Amino acid sequence: MTSLFEYAPAPESRSIVTIAPSYGLFIDGEFVDGTGESFPTINPATEEVLTEVSAGSEADVDRAVRAARRAFEKTWGPMRPADRGKYLFRIARLLQERAREFAVLESLDNGKPIRESRDVDVPLAAAHFFYYAGWADKLEHVGLGTQPRPLGVAGQVIPWNFPLMMLAWKVAPALAAGNTVVLKPAETTPLTALLFAEICRQADLPAGVVNIVTGAGDTGRAVVEHADVDKVAFTGSTDVGRSIARAVAGTRKKLTLELGGKAANIVFDDAPIDQAVEGIVQGIFFNQGHVCCAGSRLLVQESIHDEVVASLQRRIGTLRVGDPLDKNTDIGAINSREQLERIRELSDIGEAEGAQRWQPAGELPERGFWFPPTVFTDVSSAHRIARDEVFGPVLSVLTFRTPDEAVAKANNSTYGLSAGIWSEKGSRILKIASHLRAGVVWANTFNKFDPTSPFGGYKQSGYGREGGRHGLAAYLTGADSK
Amino acid sequence: MIGNDRLAVRKTYKLYVNGAFPRSESGRTYEVTDAKGHFLANAAEASRKDARDAVVAARGAFAKWSGATAYNRGQVLYRVAEVMEGRHVQFCEEVAAGEGLSASKARAAVDAAIDRWVWYAGWTDKLAAVLGGANPVAGPYFDFSTPEPTGVVAVLAPQQSSLLGLVSVLAPVLATGNTAVVVTSKERPLPAVTLGEVLATSDVPGGVVNLLTGDAGELGTWLAEHADVDAIDLTGAPSHRAMEFEREAAGTIKRVLRPPVTEPDWTADPGLARMTPFLETKTVWHPIGL
Repeated sequence: MTSLFEYAPAPESRSIVTIAPSYGLFIDGEFVDGTGESFPTINPATEEVLTEVSAGSEADVDRAVRAARRAFEKTWGPMRPADRGKYLFRIARLLQERAREFAVLESLDNGKPIRESRDVDVPLAAAHFFYYAGWADKLEHVGLGTQPRPLGVAGQVIPWNFPLMMLAWKVAPALAAGNTVVLKPAETTPLTALLFAEICRQADLPAGVVNIVTGAGDTGRAVVEHADVDKVAFTGSTDVGRSIARAVAGTRKKLTLELGGKAANIVFDDAPIDQAVEGIVQGIFFNQGHVCCAGSRLLVQESIHDEVVASLQRRIGTLRVGDPLDKNTDIGAINSREQLERIRELSDIGEAEGAQRWQPAGELPERGFWFPPTVFTDVSSAHRIARDEVFGPVLSVLTFRTPDEAVAKANNSTYGLSAGIWSEKGSRILKIASHLRAGVVWANTFNKFDPTSPFGGYKQSGYGREGGRHGLAAYLTGADSK
Repeated sequence: MIGNDRLAVRKTYKLYVNGAFPRSESGRTYEVTDAKGHFLANAAEASRKDARDAVVAARGAFAKWSGATAYNRGQVLYRVAEVMEGRHVQFCEEVAAGEGLSASKARAAVDAAIDRWVWYAGWTDKLAAVLGGANPVAGPYFDFSTPEPTGVVAVLAPQQSSLLGLVSVLAPVLATGNTAVVVTSKERPLPAVTLGEVLATSDVPGGVVNLLTGDAGELGTWLAEHADVDAIDLTGAPSHRAMEFEREAAGTIKRVLRPPVTEPDWTADPGLARMTPFLETKTVWHPIGL
């Protein structure tokens, strides 16, 4: 790649991480052998097998749920709320202490750049525990009456795009509210969850409060459908979300879903173009675009379209794609071969439907799963790449003339997770924000997250919120939620 | 009812859709009797087409109603209570006949129904403060969350409590800025039709509330699977159908309020439990800087 600057490699050492040859399941405070098959988890940047993990069977899930139930009834439930909080503070501190280890392991197993796992995923995971720790003895202030109660055992199924962070978003509020959990990490990214199990042991968290059962879809189904689970929390695709909603229909299980997205990122002609371009890049190429709230539909005002696209292409030309452990890397590996195939397929469809594909020149590593940052222009609202979630580093550029048209196009989606607005005019930002049917609106910024800030979707992007006071309501019942 | 020779002019009970009072497009009606089985009226039996028309009306009304100021919505809901008060006698007669209540119990139910509108009217401009707020994020951003209406809410109203129950499920949907398609009590639909007449003269814009008399088991299916319905309240669903409706609702990730095991005591303090299921939380971020 002809690049503005030449960089020497600056790899983060992986020696800080010790990966065992195989892992069992974390049930009732112990690592135990699963009764199902084992399967490998690989480094998507090299296709190297990192270790073998266990595919939790129905019997394993049952064992985990029973351990969680016992802990809920015997230890965690009856515990003084302040003590529950102290355990969570301990976990937050342990995550901070071992932050580099988690970051390296996350980048190895997931393929995301170390810059992101180090500066975003792991610090936010720790922050989530620190935030919810403080809530544990203040639940009467959540807004569910004076005596909100935990639901019991929470079954949680999380995706592969932010493995540790999604774990934190699920586990921290559940435990703070007094529930116990059975968590199934994603099939391709189980390792930081298993390292988290070690953190639970170092924190002396009572046995059974957190149980981690690795596996694929069948294991997740067993968690969701287990009769003694009181609460199901899922982050992942809208299709799987639908089947989970069907599965819990008619049961007592409370459900929250954080599903797909196809966010509009709207750039008005008065926006500061350089800042907007940084925001567009951050919006779609952060985490290889494996982000449910990614700004994958760029809606740019017609009069500045050419200028924005030219500036965007210039900026994308400086992005470095490659070794996730290199501190200079901007875009890491695609998480799996399966996901890479989907990105390729949808991109090919984009071209076949008449959109123009642009990718920067440059070579990709030979081994591993890679997809270059990609921009499609001449995209119409009817194109698949403007409607389907690609979940990869693929940006579709559409145009608009008036604010009304921008809002109409932005809302023309079955999804409603997030959106972006770029403009220097405050009144316009607030007006547009109020008309967007999306759960998170970033104005003159994008892809910002914080434990105090509720996150979640409208429409088919799911229901329920994670983060803030709202995130606790998903794990509590009060006089107000019969 | 009035001791003179005049022959009463009876009311034709129809649907209330998009601010008008149509018959069912299907032409169907069914007999409504009092609690003792005596004929009261022929009610329109709403069809799938009526339900779809009602959803179109509710969707069309959503932008204006959800975009109204909270103060304005509060005044409109308060106005409903005012106009109901003027029809107090009529509601008491219909509730007494349909539910088989004594005059004093019927009066208590009507009183409570009117007061419930007042209670929810007062909520419209408090919700954002109670359920939203500024979020102290760890960075130079102003970040705030506000509750917003989910959209079009299908409501299967309670089968037993024909007025107080109906108002108790409808008012929270409106107070939160949603628009509603309501399937009323099948056997006790008359107070609902009269409520439609109240709504039509209370500054509630046409289409914000649509009232379908008919069978929740039949209409529930169409509403649960309708792609332009955002949420469904299954309170009045036949108990053996509720699970099926919840499954159908999953197809478009609808928000579902599950039915209670038995019809609740509608005189109890409602709390927020019937508003939060039909609210989304929107969070907006903006950088802070010079």
